[in-house]
Amino acid sequence: MVTLKDNSLANPTEAAPPTTSEPGPHEPLLSKHHFKSVGTRPLRPDGIDKVTGRAKYGADHNLPGQLVGLVLRSPHAHARIKAIDTTRAARLAGVKAVITAADLPDHTGGDEGLFDILDNCIARDVARYDGHAVAAVAAVDAATARAALKLIKVSYEVLPHVTDVDEAVKANAPLINPKNFTRGVEPAPARPSNIAKRSTFGHGNVEAGFKAADVIIARTYRTEQTHQGYIEPHACVASISPDGTGELWVCTQGHFAYRQWCAAILGMDVAKLRVTSSEIGGGFGGKTHIWMEPLALALSRKANRPVKMVMSRDEVFRASGPTSATSIDVKLGVKKDGTITAGSATLRYTNGPYFGMWAELGAMTAFACYDLENVETIGLEVLVNRPKVAAYRAPSAPEAAFAIESAVDEAAKTIGMDPVAFRIRNAAREGSRSSYGPVYGPIGIGPTLKAAQNHPHMKAPLGPNQGRGMACGFWFNFGGQTCSDLNIGVDGTVTLSVGTVDVGGSRASLALCVAEELGIPYDHVRCVVADTGTLGHNDMTDGSRGTFSSSMALIFAARNAINVLKARAAQMWEIPLENVVWKDGHAHATGDGHGNLAPLSLKEIAASAPNTGGPIAGHAEITADGAGVSFATHICDVEVDPETGRTRVTRYTVIQDAGKAVHPAYVEGQYQGGAAQGIGWALNEEYVYGRDGRLQNPTFLDYRIPVCSDLPMIDTQILEIPNPNHPYGVRGVGETSIVPPLAAIANAVSNAAGVRMTHIPMSPPRVLAAMTSADKLGV
Amino acid sequence: MEAARHIHLWGALRPYAGGASVIVVEARTIRELFRKLEEQFPGMTPHIRRGIAVSINGRIYRDQWDTALPEKGEIYLLPRIQGG
Repeated sequence: MVTLKDNSLANPTEAAPPTTSEPGPHEPLLSKHHFKSVGTRPLRPDGIDKVTGRAKYGADHNLPGQLVGLVLRSPHAHARIKAIDTTRAARLAGVKAVITAADLPDHTGGDEGLFDILDNCIARDVARYDGHAVAAVAAVDAATARAALKLIKVSYEVLPHVTDVDEAVKANAPLINPKNFTRGVEPAPARPSNIAKRSTFGHGNVEAGFKAADVIIARTYRTEQTHQGYIEPHACVASISPDGTGELWVCTQGHFAYRQWCAAILGMDVAKLRVTSSEIGGGFGGKTHIWMEPLALALSRKANRPVKMVMSRDEVFRASGPTSATSIDVKLGVKKDGTITAGSATLRYTNGPYFGMWAELGAMTAFACYDLENVETIGLEVLVNRPKVAAYRAPSAPEAAFAIESAVDEAAKTIGMDPVAFRIRNAAREGSRSSYGPVYGPIGIGPTLKAAQNHPHMKAPLGPNQGRGMACGFWFNFGGQTCSDLNIGVDGTVTLSVGTVDVGGSRASLALCVAEELGIPYDHVRCVVADTGTLGHNDMTDGSRGTFSSSMALIFAARNAINVLKARAAQMWEIPLENVVWKDGHAHATGDGHGNLAPLSLKEIAASAPNTGGPIAGHAEITADGAGVSFATHICDVEVDPETGRTRVTRYTVIQDAGKAVHPAYVEGQYQGGAAQGIGWALNEEYVYGRDGRLQNPTFLDYRIPVCSDLPMIDTQILEIPNPNHPYGVRGVGETSIVPPLAAIANAVSNAAGVRMTHIPMSPPRVLAAMTSADKLGV
Repeated sequence: MEAARHIHLWGALRPYAGGASVIVVEARTIRELFRKLEEQFPGMTPHIRRGIAVSINGRIYRDQWDTALPEKGEIYLLPRIQGG
């Protein structure tokens, strides 16, 4: 691990604040630089339960008398639902409830976003993609439920469909939503189209910039739709009582948000629905949306029994939220001295059938790594008959980075410049105007590039048919609403209650932060994810916010608890409060006449709590802004088989700033995980639709995610440039690592194969075709 | 005009301000800014309801509406981003 001590490099904006020995309880600015617990690597607290099968995931929860819920899904890509006859299904012995959209009346009150969620959970008048839910049943067992689904008769009027991003924007394409008029265009269009929104970002004059260039690189790049590929499918158990209250046990990245949406859709008060999150077998953004949970609740309400629903893998692929397929035009103007004079991009991102902001995010992040005088990006949200798109780890940034970083690499090669030196020359720095708008404060792309330039990987020899590529990536990160409790037990051990679901090791990291703040051993602190009935609202674990925001809240909670502990110690000693300080897990008496008082440990103070005022606790509710933007640089070596086009990644290195790595092993895991998913995305993964608009490969046999034998050991280099807007300097680390891989691998394959790869995934047939085509053209 | 702030708009908001990329609004906090924007540029209301982030000297605020807007420095409105 490399630690950069130069605080002047810290991101974003404010100068690092003066260090004070005792920051205020809710002071978010960086105040600690030397650590005892933070930065260590204790065994993960959930590890044994997970490897021995004791951990309870979504499908592991059961209730007495529960029913099995199953969903009937559209076999058509686009069809009007003329009628649904559930009579025979409802009469089948063992069936306790059958629901259609009629059982979920519209309570959305004109909220377009919420209505789209409702419509996606169960189609109302039109099935908008293969797999769209049209009805659901609850029965005493799975066999009965399956039999009931076969008895539901749906009359469809099949409509023309379109699934391809470029086909969907053509003038004669079938309309996905006749009520869709492109937003962001003035004057407002008179005719509907499949472009939901147009977003623009940039500054300067790109045409003038292109005129000033010596070399122009212009290409169109494509990426295919991929799924997050979490191993655990969506699962939940819902139970609605006749009194109108309910409970939901569910696998999610955000049980408070699930409660909010489900309550709104079912017309319930939020306080009457209690949601408990299970352990999570991967989410990566795909579990930030609700899918069949409202159906389980509606079935339970109708059957007056608990209902359990578990998606099959087929359902996960067809009816949860994959990422966008994209088509991206890039133009880059470059001078022979290596200066980029202008960059422009038009980014078309599929949204599924509903309005999203996926192209907008691509347009914001596309050129964010670079200091450009002239830049323009246009994002087009494209409606297609595919599942509703959901976030996937730094959503939309990897596709944009693939296009831009490929063009950047080609530009460097064209003018004969080293690709790292070319990027360093053009890298954004403090004072650069970002391509998405604001001027940057001190930022970290420079240190990651310089670390890459000096990394032994860059100098290692390559063998036959091998190539090396590198790429940079950017992501925003954010904080959000966070509410946490800290309770000190009668023996002085500490329990933390948090509302951010642990998707990547946050319980260990949060316990480390509290151990650090209280000055007690890590083993004395245990962290649990609390249900929605026991804490105030918490935003989801997304945007790389879990450890950033909950650690900030818990540090504040610990400072509040320390104030209580000091007051209790003052009582025990019968001395003024101002004569008590907290250090290394003990209260110390100070001042004249108190020097002989032995320090009181947290354990001793806790033991006396019954006689000094009762339980000791700390609490904090915050909005954690100031997460700070994030950059990474990746290096990749590949070997391409010239006979088959198969690509093998032989070496991979991730370099990224963590601010402060609270638990370095987890940080490394996040870096490696993002790279591993990026390798799958770059080389194999792809939604394949037939001409009938149906998904052809909704299984892990045909949709191939990487397994261990597909991956090299992934090296990591953690840079620690403290975030001035967190007490310990922490930044989010979970998402940026998936941004550079597509481009880094594409650049490596292009170098190995001798032909520029412009279409992701670079599956063997696609690579072979590119190589064959290049041979014919004599490239 | 001591509360006048120069507010930079991202592309989607500019049509509602006559195409301007920078507007002047008298506002001391993000909350006051959003209120004044809705009053002066009603077309921005749907965007504000869906969520707008405010970059103040490069630091992005999504939720803390009582945040003060500095007299000097850059204030930039951005889409409220989603994460995974």
